[in-house]
Amino acid sequence: MIVYILRRLGATLIVMAVVALFVFSLLFLTPGDPAAVIAGDVATPDDIQQIREKLGLNKPFLVQFGGWVVRLLHGDLGTSIFTNLPVTKLIAQRVQPTLSLTLLTLFVAVLVAVPIGVIAAAKAGTWTDRSVMGFSVLAFSIPVFVLAYVLISIFSIHLEWLPVQGYRQFGDGLWPWLSHLILPSIALGTVYTALIARITRAAMLDVLAQDYIRTANAKGLAPRAVLTRHALKNAGVPIITVIGIGVALLISGAIVTETVFAIPGIGRLTVDAILRRDYPIIQGVILLFSGIYVLINLLVDLSYRLFDPRIRY
Amino acid sequence: MKVVAVSLRALALGLALVATSASAEKVLRFIPQADLRILDPITTTAYITRNHAYMVYDTLFATDAKFQVQPQMVDKWDLSKDKLTYTFTLRDGLKFHDGQPVRSADCIASIERWSKRDSLGQKLAQSTEAWTAVNDKTFKLKLKKPFPLTLGALGKLSSNVPFIMPERVAKTDAFKNITADDTIGSGPFKFVKEEWVPGSKVVYVKNTDYVPRKEAPSWAAGGKVVKVDRVEWIYIPDSATAAAALNAGEADWWEQLPPDLIPLLKKNKDVRVENIDPLGSLSVMRFNFLQPPFNNQKLREALLYVVNQKDYVLGIAGDEKNGHPCYSYYTCGTPLSTEVGAEPLKGKRDFDKAKKLIQESGYKGEKIVIISATDQPIVHAQSLITTELLRKLGLNVELQAGDWGTLITRRTSKEPVEKGGWSIFHTWLVGPDMISPGINMGLVSLGEKSWFGWPSDPKLEELREAWFETSDAAASKKAAEAVQLEAFKYVPFIPTAQFILPTAYRSNLSGVIIAPVTFLWNVDKK
Repeated sequence: MIVYILRRLGATLIVMAVVALFVFSLLFLTPGDPAAVIAGDVATPDDIQQIREKLGLNKPFLVQFGGWVVRLLHGDLGTSIFTNLPVTKLIAQRVQPTLSLTLLTLFVAVLVAVPIGVIAAAKAGTWTDRSVMGFSVLAFSIPVFVLAYVLISIFSIHLEWLPVQGYRQFGDGLWPWLSHLILPSIALGTVYTALIARITRAAMLDVLAQDYIRTANAKGLAPRAVLTRHALKNAGVPIITVIGIGVALLISGAIVTETVFAIPGIGRLTVDAILRRDYPIIQGVILLFSGIYVLINLLVDLSYRLFDPRIRY
Repeated sequence: MKVVAVSLRALALGLALVATSASAEKVLRFIPQADLRILDPITTTAYITRNHAYMVYDTLFATDAKFQVQPQMVDKWDLSKDKLTYTFTLRDGLKFHDGQPVRSADCIASIERWSKRDSLGQKLAQSTEAWTAVNDKTFKLKLKKPFPLTLGALGKLSSNVPFIMPERVAKTDAFKNITADDTIGSGPFKFVKEEWVPGSKVVYVKNTDYVPRKEAPSWAAGGKVVKVDRVEWIYIPDSATAAAALNAGEADWWEQLPPDLIPLLKKNKDVRVENIDPLGSLSVMRFNFLQPPFNNQKLREALLYVVNQKDYVLGIAGDEKNGHPCYSYYTCGTPLSTEVGAEPLKGKRDFDKAKKLIQESGYKGEKIVIISATDQPIVHAQSLITTELLRKLGLNVELQAGDWGTLITRRTSKEPVEKGGWSIFHTWLVGPDMISPGINMGLVSLGEKSWFGWPSDPKLEELREAWFETSDAAASKKAAEAVQLEAFKYVPFIPTAQFILPTAYRSNLSGVIIAPVTFLWNVDKK
């Protein structure tokens, strides 16, 4: 097991190195020039050229890439071309909002989706099942930003229960923090809830058709015990897999959610950096995302053992 | 449901009361037009940075609502009889935010840095023999030849504005951004670097050491009296969310709103939707002079006969009330605006005449590429209208839309369209940036040293130079007319509209200054 984890962590480093090279090359080839953005609309071509020289943007690819890698190996992600602030500081400023949003969304989505998926499977073919499936189709069909506007309109404008936008640090108090996250979490989590609910239902239906479930029922075990102790545990592997995959969905969804709700998270940092070609930030954030994604996959793989003891590493 | 609602409201009220008692300071929550990314008003011409700089820094002179240049940090000044030596004396009590007094050396270093980047500053520098400090409060400008625009340059309203920084900061290379640590001015607000979250929030607090002038505020001139304790710029990228935040009272002021949201905000009796910008902005259609087909004067002239500014006003501002045609190369409503030579743009739209000119131009169906940015509605609306216009004329046109970052990079290309070049781009400038032949970047026709498009017209340059030499209002007007007459022949760009982006603020605000730049002093919140 430990050897396996070490091997996977080693592979993670290789993956991140490939991502780093890919991202750097991609940005080098992508049209766009931060010097032109810095100079502004009415700058002259000479101004842009001079800014480009000062920033070292006219140096050859290998020189720029080499410099970046050396700094990276020293734990330095560089400095934003525009704000002159260290990328690590900018990311650190944004970690809490994004982490709060994604964890709360994940928590609520799993808390809602798994039970309704289990209930839908247990009552397959009934109105309960159809209602759950109807909800999931609807949830899949509504874009995040549309749902966000509807929620703002109802809960912030008309009912005045919750704030429209922004983020408060956890240190400002539980309610200020939570009140700014409720609507974004619902907007972001609805699709995710639908996805987990559907997978849970499908996985449960598969397990519920197995002989050992029939045996458990025949032995007179309570239906709840059959569902939770025997069926759900054995349906866990695909559910955990989809939760893991869903984290990537959450990260991409967070970009839209953070934009609509004006949450200063990593998603918005990424979009802003892409729009103004702030290369050090883009590179830093993508490296961070790829690292998180690889680690989540590792955790998902390791968690399979909890549900299926036959799996060995 | 009711119980939940009541409980939540009670909780919110309780928390609000706690918050209110904890802090009785007046906080102005302002949604700016864009995200503040660059803190240095000299390295960039971005208007959001200019607005930030007006909060933090002060200027030697400033332009008032009558287009007159008034002393701001300067107390007294005089000009020698030979018009070659200016002597400036600073006001008493000027201090930087770090407590250091503002000295002559700070002013000289700041002006010298600005002169390396700003076009008017460069003109001043060409006429300058030396800046010298007489003592800490008095300094002199010795000119090689009279430069009648000296005070106008030092009191320039819009980008780049000659803001005064501490000497050690002003010594920074003019092509390198100053940092947050060095954002130290002597202006009415202090920048709180610890609370700056780029892409989200900028915080300023009242500079209690600031000594405002006694005169009433008038544009950038007069007394900059701060009536709130703290200003928070909250950047909300999504317009619908910004409107909701203003409606819900989470923000006090939204600087620029898109036309489609005006009716929504007007329904709220607690919100005022107003035009506080007397000059508005001007949109332009710019050609590439290095590549066919717009290196041909006749083809550019042909477009003058078919561009209908009313279409562009509607496309950009959504309502005729939010704009009007402006048949001038200078911002309409300013002293130099004139319709001299504007007949081709102003008269009845004449497609037959345009088609005749196209035929005379020898146009052979070369591909015309209009580059556009879908994330800039003002740019994209113009691009769509121009594309249709060119199609109607039977020209071979292709609209290539990307984002603004791509457009401003691509427009640096001097290549043919087949190799990533371009034929036309659109943009817009605020009124103060187009008020004269000296400031209007689009008129500069020095070939490859010009703004993108690189027009080259020695006659236009000669006339612009002659304008710089004028020393009284009548001569200035006459020279500006001569420039415009030539501009309508050579067509360095086509003015497409003059429009206004209204502002919206909560009705508990008062003292909002009517000016082409958004200033936050004098604003009170009840």
